[in-house]
Amino acid sequence: MIRRFSTYLYNHPGVLLALLLGPPLGWMLVIYLGSLAALLFQSFYYLDGFTGQVVREFSFLTYRDLFSAAHMTIVLKTVVMALSVTIGSVLIAFPLAYYSVRYAGKRLKVLLYFAVLLPLWSSYIIRVYAWKLMLAKEGIVSWFFAQLGLSGVLEWLLSMPIVGGASLSVSNFGLFLVFTYIWLPYMILPIQASLERIPHSLLDASGDLGARPLQTFRRIVLPLALPGVVAGSIFTFSLTLGDYIIPSIIGDSTPFIGMAVYSYQGTAGNLPLAAAFTVLPMVMMVFYLLGARKAGAFDAL
Amino acid sequence: MTYLGNVYKSRHPTRPAHLSYHFGGHSMRKLFPFLSIPLGLFLGMMLSACGGGSEKNDTPTGNNDTKAMESIGKGEGKISIIAWAGYIERGETDKNYDWVTSFEKESGCKVAVKTAATSDEMVTLMNQGGFDIVTASGDASMRLIRGGMVQPININLIKDWGSVDSRLQNAAWHTVDGVHYGVPYQWGSNVLMYNTNVFKTAPTSWDVVFKEMVLPDGKSNKGRVQAFDGPIYIADAALYLKHHQPALGIQDPYELTQAQFDAAIALLKGQRVLVNKYWHDAMVQMDDFKTEGVVATGSWPFQVNGLIAAKATVGSVIPIEGATGWADTSMMHAKAPNPNCAYMWLNHSLNKKLQGDLAAWFGSVPAVPDACNNNALLGAEGCKTNGIQNFDKIHFWKTPDCPNGKCIPYSEWTKQYLAVMASKS
Repeated sequence: MIRRFSTYLYNHPGVLLALLLGPPLGWMLVIYLGSLAALLFQSFYYLDGFTGQVVREFSFLTYRDLFSAAHMTIVLKTVVMALSVTIGSVLIAFPLAYYSVRYAGKRLKVLLYFAVLLPLWSSYIIRVYAWKLMLAKEGIVSWFFAQLGLSGVLEWLLSMPIVGGASLSVSNFGLFLVFTYIWLPYMILPIQASLERIPHSLLDASGDLGARPLQTFRRIVLPLALPGVVAGSIFTFSLTLGDYIIPSIIGDSTPFIGMAVYSYQGTAGNLPLAAAFTVLPMVMMVFYLLGARKAGAFDAL
Repeated sequence: MTYLGNVYKSRHPTRPAHLSYHFGGHSMRKLFPFLSIPLGLFLGMMLSACGGGSEKNDTPTGNNDTKAMESIGKGEGKISIIAWAGYIERGETDKNYDWVTSFEKESGCKVAVKTAATSDEMVTLMNQGGFDIVTASGDASMRLIRGGMVQPININLIKDWGSVDSRLQNAAWHTVDGVHYGVPYQWGSNVLMYNTNVFKTAPTSWDVVFKEMVLPDGKSNKGRVQAFDGPIYIADAALYLKHHQPALGIQDPYELTQAQFDAAIALLKGQRVLVNKYWHDAMVQMDDFKTEGVVATGSWPFQVNGLIAAKATVGSVIPIEGATGWADTSMMHAKAPNPNCAYMWLNHSLNKKLQGDLAAWFGSVPAVPDACNNNALLGAEGCKTNGIQNFDKIHFWKTPDCPNGKCIPYSEWTKQYLAVMASKS
């Protein structure tokens, strides 16, 4: 019996493949893509304002709502923050990754790797709350500035129109700091991976041919490391785009996309609008990923 | 209403490693024939889900065909309750605060508690079913009644019904057309909490959080006040306008005409620049008072009591405009699996000692006024500290109930409040 079965499978490799791949693919399609499709369906329903009930008919009303000025402010703010966090992360992550790949000895390298991963072992919530206390008006950061006699600098920063606020923990700058801190490891690791793949011989060759270090960096290292940077930016950008916990703890409570989704699916029972809000970052990420694929980001993962 | 713990469940960010599949176009194409099986399955599911989905929402006026029970039978041996954190204590945090053990012993009903952090979570859990009782606040109760999720209560089976504060017995947030959908549990008021170093005498008006002004310490209130992070706060603005702009003709701060609603939103947008942060977590607000230089804000007696216990310089007051507040009701699921134990719990929930102990634990006011007397944990002044004398100044939270478009529905409140919060920077 078993022998006949195995012979059958041997003669029909397609069936074998279907048996092996069917369950995981089914899971992927039904549970994962299925829920995304359900989300998409939801976003074309709309909420009847008077009864507060969802009307299950196809309509663009919800999307008209989504593109209102107030909602676009939220989207714009989220996207600008996601971009700033991504750029900030690259600026911090790149030198660190470069140092650990090119200069650090074996033991230091392990240590650095460990240091990058260590924060991920503790709860994300605890780290965000810790930052809230550190950045508070009477927190350790302001105290530090005061000890150095630099309170004026802090006040000047906080008095700036968009980045500032009543204190660091309720300012957009503080929000940026915390976002960058939380997502930084996701930027460091792919950059490190892509830097490690650059053969030393290329750098030597560049030097032999008379390129100055900066030129080598600009013309050789940077283009070859770009896929890693783009891969990292996918994480920092999409994670910032969807997060709703950090902006509800840090910052001045101006809503982000995630918070808008949270309040629409909850209190208002406006699932269609929540779904439409979710579709937006998804669309953005699709375009981002297409661009990233072109830049070869998926080779660096 | 109140969630004392942390709202958010811890989450696990996706590690990069999980995403490192290689998506090649080539192999996908080869696999396509096999994809069609689950795809067909999935499409079928979607179609059936769409076709059958409409019946659930077709009862906007509420499900009134569930009849209240006529008598309490033998207990089922267990009961499942959805409650705010701190509402159902069995002495695990502090052994003096235990009102579950005795109930289990007497009734034989084993109590299982599911704590919820927000009114929305409560509604969602009730929709899922499998629970007997929920301690719903006024901003959830009407949604539960209209959604047909809770059943009428036969008050003849509640032996202590007469001891409930008469002002709560027929309250609008659990009574529809004379039918009771729950038993009052606890209530409390929102108060204006202020820093006594800044305000030597208590502020008399909500002005200090709504209008830009110079506070008694000579500095502006800008960036030093907070407002509640929830659309229900629009009612606070409406209440303020009711007093200061009588021309608007606001009667009920929860049932607003378009013009009244617009005025409230305009007031809140003006307030936006003053607010350093909107609060929703009681513990975080207490921190903000200590470390963020917040000096005036709408708050709950819970935070005031907590800060005073921590020797912070705060006081609280209900200003001349009055205040909003919350009143929680124990409601019974329409398809409660353990109806007899549920009725036994409803009876137990009005127990004098339970009511007093809970008020002491939570900083709330008992639904049974008699519970204020002779309770060791609450003390002689406990109910006064928690604001029992303020009942008449309070406009209790309720979901705007506007079936005929006579007032602005709650979905619009959410939308506009989000716009208010987004209106800065």
